[in-house]
Amino acid sequence: MKYALLIYTPTTAEGYAAAAKATVHEADAHGGWVDYTRAAKEAGVLVGGEQLTHTDTATSVRLRGDEERLITDGPFMETKEHLLGFYLIDVPDLDAAIDWAARMPVDDATIEIRAAMSGMPWQLMLD
Amino acid sequence: MSGPTSEGELAHAFREEWGAVVATLARRLGDLQAAEDAAAEAFAAAATAWRDGVPPNPGGWLMLTAWRKAVDAHRRTAAVAVDPQVLGELALRAQPEEAAVDELATEPRQLGDDRLGLIFACCHPALALEVRVAMTLRYVAGLTTKQIAAAFLIPEPTLAQRLVRAKRKIRDAGIRFEIPARPAQRLRSVRTVVYLVFNEGFAASGGDALIRKELCEEAIWLGRLLHRLLPADAETAGLLALMLLHHARAVARQAGGRPVPLEEQDRSRWDRALIAEGTRVLDEALARRDPGSYQLQAAIAALHAQAPRFDDTDWPQIALLYGSLARLEHSPVVEVNRAVAVGMADGPLAGLAVLEPVLASGALEGYSPLYAAHAALLEKAGYPERARGAWARAAETSANSAVREELLRRHD
Repeated sequence: MKYALLIYTPTTAEGYAAAAKATVHEADAHGGWVDYTRAAKEAGVLVGGEQLTHTDTATSVRLRGDEERLITDGPFMETKEHLLGFYLIDVPDLDAAIDWAARMPVDDATIEIRAAMSGMPWQLMLD
Repeated sequence: MSGPTSEGELAHAFREEWGAVVATLARRLGDLQAAEDAAAEAFAAAATAWRDGVPPNPGGWLMLTAWRKAVDAHRRTAAVAVDPQVLGELALRAQPEEAAVDELATEPRQLGDDRLGLIFACCHPALALEVRVAMTLRYVAGLTTKQIAAAFLIPEPTLAQRLVRAKRKIRDAGIRFEIPARPAQRLRSVRTVVYLVFNEGFAASGGDALIRKELCEEAIWLGRLLHRLLPADAETAGLLALMLLHHARAVARQAGGRPVPLEEQDRSRWDRALIAEGTRVLDEALARRDPGSYQLQAAIAALHAQAPRFDDTDWPQIALLYGSLARLEHSPVVEVNRAVAVGMADGPLAGLAVLEPVLASGALEGYSPLYAAHAALLEKAGYPERARGAWARAAETSANSAVREELLRRHD
């Protein structure tokens, strides 16, 4: 099954910096995220993943029926925690997904695990 | 507790059959709702088909019938929804059905694994604790939603909704009906659920009944099942022993709807058979040299059960066991019990010394047994005035009306 591991961290600048520390940008090969990503890849479970820019750079487009599109500067919702990034993994069951979530190199974060639907017609377009 | 052919046990025999069918189907289909529906159809079919006599292997008959119903149901829905892959898999699995189901129905180890797989799914930590409890009572113990709703004082539709949502989550989130690769942590959650059911029966947290015997018996039944399936797990045995030893005192714990404190209980009414069984299970568990909190608590319960009179209680040993338990659990509730035991072993001032930090920390604010323990220690230490205040606090914080009334009656 495919699972999205959604990484939520404090929205504050310090919170963002702390969670993103030792990311792929760092030359240090022992950086936590580098190790984590490599481990997921070597285990054959990694499907994809992205680190997102801070929500203060977000743009929201609101669609309501025939109304003209409404563009706002900022996130969909102002919250204390925001989506820092996500991994998409393919593992046998929820227990395995929980294990991968628990291995992430962050101190202050909540990982929301969402199983992906399968067998949807639109997904045929992905291949 | 009565003889081997009591109504309760007959009901359990029926539920055992139902539970086995649901467990096996759930594991093979990966869908508890589908398993439940097929089991219901099979039992309905049995009601007519068995009118002229029960087949030689009723369990196998039910299993096979339910499996066929599940395959039929899947074909029906599969004609609407497009998922050829799953249909193909199911058809493949359905091919050797008779042989496979015969084997399933007669192979105890396989059945045991199915039961365990279902228990682990129902007690998965990704479900809320109260949902785990309801799922376990419904699908492992086989209680009806009506019975569970009544036991936990919640409206039946609310409970039914929770069960539907939980079944969907198990299916869609990929919780499997399997024994986990590293079961230790998941097993802790299973034991917690079983003990929570027992405690809800033993010390009813709300409502009017002091002890809800049925819940205790369900928990013990679950404990026995778990112990039978995992005989080598010391803590699972410890949990069963603890429940048996507590339950042995159930009859003597109340008189005319009033709670009777340990020192006043008529020990001749304690159930000797349950005590003997609990002690035996505990001894076997302790021999495995893999101690844990359930075994420690069972050992304490065993010491109480073994004392012919209250005055014969081995308090120093009990205080030591609570000390071990406190180191293991870091729980303020354990400290309260330790304070009582230390008070009995070394005098009320020593007990108060253990209790003071708990009171000061405020960690158990509003926890009635804390104030009752404090009151009893103050009384013995010769502070009747302060004791009265603590008794009043114990009464006002108790959620159980029988306990509250008894506290008021004794100490007002």
